Amino acid sequence: MNTAERLRWKTRIFAIIVILSNTFGNFALANGMRGRTTVSVFDYLRAIFTPWVMIGVSLLILWLLARMALLSWADLSYVLPVTSLGYVANAIMGRFFLNETITPARWAGTLLIVAGTMLVGIGSPHSKEGP
Amino acid sequence: MKGWSLLALMVASTVLGDLLQSLEMKRHGEIKEFHPRGIARVLGALARNKFLILAIVFMAVAFFAFMTLLETTELSFAVPASAAALVFETILARIVLKERVDFRRWVGACLVAFGVVLLAQ
Repeated sequence: MNTAERLRWKTRIFAIIVILSNTFGNFALANGMRGRTTVSVFDYLRAIFTPWVMIGVSLLILWLLARMALLSWADLSYVLPVTSLGYVANAIMGRFFLNETITPARWAGTLLIVAGTMLVGIGSPHSKEGP
Repeated sequence: MKGWSLLALMVASTVLGDLLQSLEMKRHGEIKEFHPRGIARVLGALARNKFLILAIVFMAVAFFAFMTLLETTELSFAVPASAAALVFETILARIVLKERVDFRRWVGACLVAFGVVLLAQ
């Protein structure tokens, strides 16, 4: 496997870790936060130590570290759309696992975001202008 | 109204956090070591950096705003709406990070912007 190919695979694997940890992390967090009222620092601390929020926070820490590593070799304008794909997967999780009602306008908006992120993301992760 | 303020706070902090993070990670260079000692060395070097610490503060603000937003807003709105950050980040990637953003990426960013407008309906 040559260097370019190795980098391509490394980028793909990290992109998948970024998407999955973001999707499941946000889902767990939403599940844990729904209906709560956090006002003071203590409310946040109490919320953070509930099982769902803890799972959510752990997955989002994994997401953050994986994304930081990815950013060390790939462009921000490549990494962000990949992350945004995870955001759209989250909307679908909301519909099927959190019983949210998604209006046609919201579906259309979500699909436009998918299309937009695809357009931004497809192509080389390296677009730096010359030295 | 509270929801919109939280969303605006979240988007602004995300944009600033991402921008500082990308600036700093690029300066650090590609991470090649993934064994525990290598990761510890990278984290140690990064922890001494002011830009990165500031980026983490912005990310924390964005995170708590998001957490609070999820109390009352649906996940299917809160998460895609945060993609609004992508539009601002594409513009700043061009201006501040000097990344080359071609026509296709600009069209993509515009589609995301329209998508977020539709979500708000």
